[in-house]
Amino acid sequence: MPTDPTLAALLLEHEIRQFYFVEADLLDERRFAEWLDLLTDDVRYFAPIARNIRRGEEASELTREGFDAAWFDEGKVTLRQRVEQLATGIHWAEEPQSRTSHLVTNIRVLEALPEVAAAVEVRVRSRFLVYRNRLADETDILVGKRSDTLVRVDAGWKLARREIQLDQSVLLAKNLTLFF
Amino acid sequence: MHPLVDAENGTISREIFVNPDIYAEEQERIFARSWLFVGHESLIAKPGDYITSRMGEESVVVTRGRQGGVHVLLNSCMHRGMKVCRYDQGNTRLFTCPYHGWSYGIDGKLVERPGQLVGVPGFEQHYHGELDRTAWGLRHVGRIALYKGTIWANWDADAPDFLDWLGGMRAFLDFALDHRDGSEGSSEAIGGIQKWRLNTNWKIVAENFIGDLYHDISHRSVDLVGIGPSGGKGRRDAQRPRMQIGFPGLGHGGLGETPHNSEPDYAPAWALYPEVEAYYRELHEKRVRNLGDRPRVTMSVGTIFPNMSFHGRQPRTILMAHPCGPTQTEMWRIYLVDADAPEAVKDAARHYYLRYSGPAGMTEQDDMENWTYATEASKGVIARRLHYNYQMGLGHARPVPGLPGAVQNGPMAEENQRIFYNRWAQFMTQAGWDGLMPTTARALEDAD
Repeated sequence: MPTDPTLAALLLEHEIRQFYFVEADLLDERRFAEWLDLLTDDVRYFAPIARNIRRGEEASELTREGFDAAWFDEGKVTLRQRVEQLATGIHWAEEPQSRTSHLVTNIRVLEALPEVAAAVEVRVRSRFLVYRNRLADETDILVGKRSDTLVRVDAGWKLARREIQLDQSVLLAKNLTLFF
Repeated sequence: MHPLVDAENGTISREIFVNPDIYAEEQERIFARSWLFVGHESLIAKPGDYITSRMGEESVVVTRGRQGGVHVLLNSCMHRGMKVCRYDQGNTRLFTCPYHGWSYGIDGKLVERPGQLVGVPGFEQHYHGELDRTAWGLRHVGRIALYKGTIWANWDADAPDFLDWLGGMRAFLDFALDHRDGSEGSSEAIGGIQKWRLNTNWKIVAENFIGDLYHDISHRSVDLVGIGPSGGKGRRDAQRPRMQIGFPGLGHGGLGETPHNSEPDYAPAWALYPEVEAYYRELHEKRVRNLGDRPRVTMSVGTIFPNMSFHGRQPRTILMAHPCGPTQTEMWRIYLVDADAPEAVKDAARHYYLRYSGPAGMTEQDDMENWTYATEASKGVIARRLHYNYQMGLGHARPVPGLPGAVQNGPMAEENQRIFYNRWAQFMTQAGWDGLMPTTARALEDAD
């Protein structure tokens, strides 16, 4: 392990970046079963609904995990069901399959535990832009923020928690058959 | 009756799902005088609470006054039309227009009538104190009805009473809104409304929810995976046989059981969650005691004309299909739970609802694909010359014992769709209320 703290931070950030890029490739190459392997068994996957609220009332801007409605609020069992449904070939919302590209950027490691040089758990913030084109002219561009917790398992990293903040209050897409 | 709707023979022109002129006419003839669901009281629990909602294309503010009453106001400044509220929810005593600063009170301490104009910048100096402030309050709806937590509004002050509008459909709405133990009302909305846009006509959504078991086939993928709360295959627990039950002359309908006077044996409903399962088993015993031999119905999906749909059992939701253009709809979904249910029960329900319904719902996603591309493939000049087919079960409707005004047509039919479009045609062709409402027992009582 490097002793120079800047170097250690760079290496950690590099690892996390590679994790995200591999993840994006798995999703965009429709290797969803392999994507599931990147998630811990007790993963939390949560996408709150955004509201338009008065300045100063930001506490109610997003629906609450564990209490309110959301776009997603689930774990691996449901995520696996989604993947199984896609694989049936008769999930008409994704048959024929859409084309997607996940762009992941602004990646910042906010916290590394127990320390940067020997991290086994990290909190990471990033932005995403997911482009989807379906059939001929159905096109969605979904943009937002992700707050993740990754944990080191054996040789690699796994996603233990992901909060997805879509930058829309009325979802301007007809469905969310995709993963973020 | 209407040149494009031949409900008698079960054919309907595709024009009514794509034509901008017909769509514009619907706004006037249907949405300006129908009872429309605008929200749930649990979303505006405290005095001063408000949500913004929609009636047809129009934005409205639904407020809880400081004195506890519920008000529904057009969200448009009377001066130059700016939206006086651009928040989805909040708590306030005043709505102040950002454009020229006119402000409207919803607190009875500030104004005699909520919505009244209280502040006009330059009132003395520039209006010379001559503006009639009482005449320029926010536009109220014509009528409001509160029913077991649901809030309904109608622009037309001459509209019939909400309960007459609802008619016998009330029993099915009750099933969705009543406590699972059979006691009245006491359901609440989970916080947060899912809102999303869909490129289809609003009627396509309403006619699906009015009862279309025939389209079960489109949900085969989710049924193969199995997302029901008791595990195994299927998207919900097995249900007792359901019928298509509809209300000719009112335009409502759903899938449900005809009235019966005793409670069938308990069937496991949430077996994957032992704590929740135990709760429902106990509620079932309470339900048997509470309802005794009173008639009751069950239902799974239904539509109240024109555009409020609901699920009553698994899941349990309210859906608004807001018109947003001839081929665009803004969907709003609210999820219901018993207000006094334990957290574990609410939590299991919430997770189930979210994987079933809405844009991420593994069931609803396939519906929306069908609705979207049916609409797209009905736009062309050739396609528009054709009619959709609603002939299933034509001529096989029969009355429902114990449910006046209702007909049933077995588990699979298009009776309810014919009823819905008949109602639509009535509204589109008749200007006044005369002849639009069937003579009900309530109306007869009033006449006496």
